[in-house]
Amino acid sequence: MTGLFIGNNDGGNSDGDGGGGGDETAAGAPLGREALRLFMRNRAAVAGVIILVGVIFMTYIGPSLYDQDPSRIIARPLQGPGTEDVPSFGTDYLGRDVFAGVVNGGDTTLRVALVATLMIVVIGVSIGAIAGFYGGRIDTALMRFTEIFQVMPALLFALVIVTLFEPSTMVIAISIGIVLWPSLARLTRAEFLRLRNLEFVKAAQAIGASDARIMFRVMLPNALPPLIVATTLVMGTAILFEAALAFLGLGDPNNISWGYLIGQNRGSVLGGWWTVTFPGLAIFFTVLSFSLIGDGLQDAFNPKLRGR
Amino acid sequence: MLGLVLAVAIISFTLLHIAPGDAAVVIAGESGSGDPELLAEIRQLYGLDDPFVTQLGSHLGRVATGDFGQSYRFNESVVSLISERIWPTVLLGITAIFFAVVVGIAVGVYTARRPESWASHLATILALVGFSIPVFFLGIELIILFASVLDWLPAGRMRDLRFEGNFIQRWIDIGEHLILPAFTLAVLYLAQYSRQTRASMLETLQSDFVRTARSKGLSERTVVYKHALRNAVIPVITLAGLQLGTILSGALIVETVFDWPGLGRLAFESVLARDAPVLLALLMLSSVLVILANLATDVVYRLIDPRIRVGGAST
Repeated sequence: MTGLFIGNNDGGNSDGDGGGGGDETAAGAPLGREALRLFMRNRAAVAGVIILVGVIFMTYIGPSLYDQDPSRIIARPLQGPGTEDVPSFGTDYLGRDVFAGVVNGGDTTLRVALVATLMIVVIGVSIGAIAGFYGGRIDTALMRFTEIFQVMPALLFALVIVTLFEPSTMVIAISIGIVLWPSLARLTRAEFLRLRNLEFVKAAQAIGASDARIMFRVMLPNALPPLIVATTLVMGTAILFEAALAFLGLGDPNNISWGYLIGQNRGSVLGGWWTVTFPGLAIFFTVLSFSLIGDGLQDAFNPKLRGR
Repeated sequence: MLGLVLAVAIISFTLLHIAPGDAAVVIAGESGSGDPELLAEIRQLYGLDDPFVTQLGSHLGRVATGDFGQSYRFNESVVSLISERIWPTVLLGITAIFFAVVVGIAVGVYTARRPESWASHLATILALVGFSIPVFFLGIELIILFASVLDWLPAGRMRDLRFEGNFIQRWIDIGEHLILPAFTLAVLYLAQYSRQTRASMLETLQSDFVRTARSKGLSERTVVYKHALRNAVIPVITLAGLQLGTILSGALIVETVFDWPGLGRLAFESVLARDAPVLLALLMLSSVLVILANLATDVVYRLIDPRIRVGGAST
């Protein structure tokens, strides 16, 4: 019941070759070149791509250009930016280099979010596809199962999982995956319910294609546009979850991450705004880039809904 | 409904059971000794040696009678611990949702009526920021700005420790402490509600009954506020109702940032102390809240909008 990802996509329906093979992208949704053209014309979306490229560059090229250990104490604590002999973003409450932390803190966050998102897509799409394709009792049972995960508040549930097990990168990613898959399952189910009765699916059934083939080779490609949008937005949410867990002290103690830096320096914010502001901005811009790209994709796939 | 509650109880207990670490050690940890005799005694006392199904059964039996056990950390029952800490969260949550609904609808209506004005563009950008900013980061920045730089509002806690005064002054003091955390908690919801209001308002303003109202010669004000708005806010109210149950997730972070003495802060403290009974009870409590909020919203929705009764809503 997040409401965030439940869009009604009346624009993606086929009116062209409905009876045709329907193998790759039979439906009329402008999935390919047309969508790319619309996307590139969207200034906000392009800005999102540029920000994301910047974040990836900083995270994966940055550490080799700025070769400083983020956990080494290099100066007196809480020296602000602009102080002599102190790196550009100042030092934190122990005297560690904040800039080095920002440069090195993205890797953990992005890795956790990527694994979590992968998991969300695999679980969500499988359950949603099976529920929507078969309908009836299977659908009811699977949706009941999904509901159980929806009534448990996501962050609290993730927190409980990580607390009970261990705050390793893998457990954190899995916990985020476990709490966030329902929205994607519901979306996939809705798409499959819509596609199920269309002619090209009937045609595929008539020529004797297997259920699995119909679900994943015939229907899934036609359900892709809203799923791609939702996946992009889920990536942003996963980053926010990782950051929140790390902030609460449930980050992998062996890996620095942006949320962890903020949690560590929380006690000294009044004496040094820079210790939390720079890592916070890093998280903000990363999530923002995914929001912008998601919105841009939404508009590109569904030009009719623009501006909503 | 009950099935859902049962499922949540089973899942949470199973998680606790398969998690590594010995509950007896955690319990004994408070008394500061790892002596094997004591551990055996604790296992006996808490039934930790029984087979899984027996433990699950007795756990469910206790939960059904409202007994969530003892907190490992405080030697106090989980129920009394929660009932002590629930009111600050209720105050915080209701203030935040109320603020978000009122301001969100106002912003949504304005931007739907003047989509090309600079204020609308600003609202769109702010909504995007609201979606993308980590809640704890926003809270900390607000503390830096309003408590440190401007020194207008307190940085945390619910009341001033040295505060003396009568009943009204005490509530004014609490109100001052409430502003920053409530606003922080409201921002995410505010972004959603303004977007939702704008979308449904745009749709409603193009519908036939609004055209009819206009062609009857009603004033723009009556058309927008009496005819369109009433229909357009239904999805927003629904969303707010559903989210009332999820407020604990947001409160978890906001209360930690602002030292607000509610359930969220309790959850955070329980994480630090690995106090599993409290965490499981909080998970149960908030799941029940979500279910009740769903149910209530569904009922209200049917009352407001007769079309649902005919069409049948999916939950």
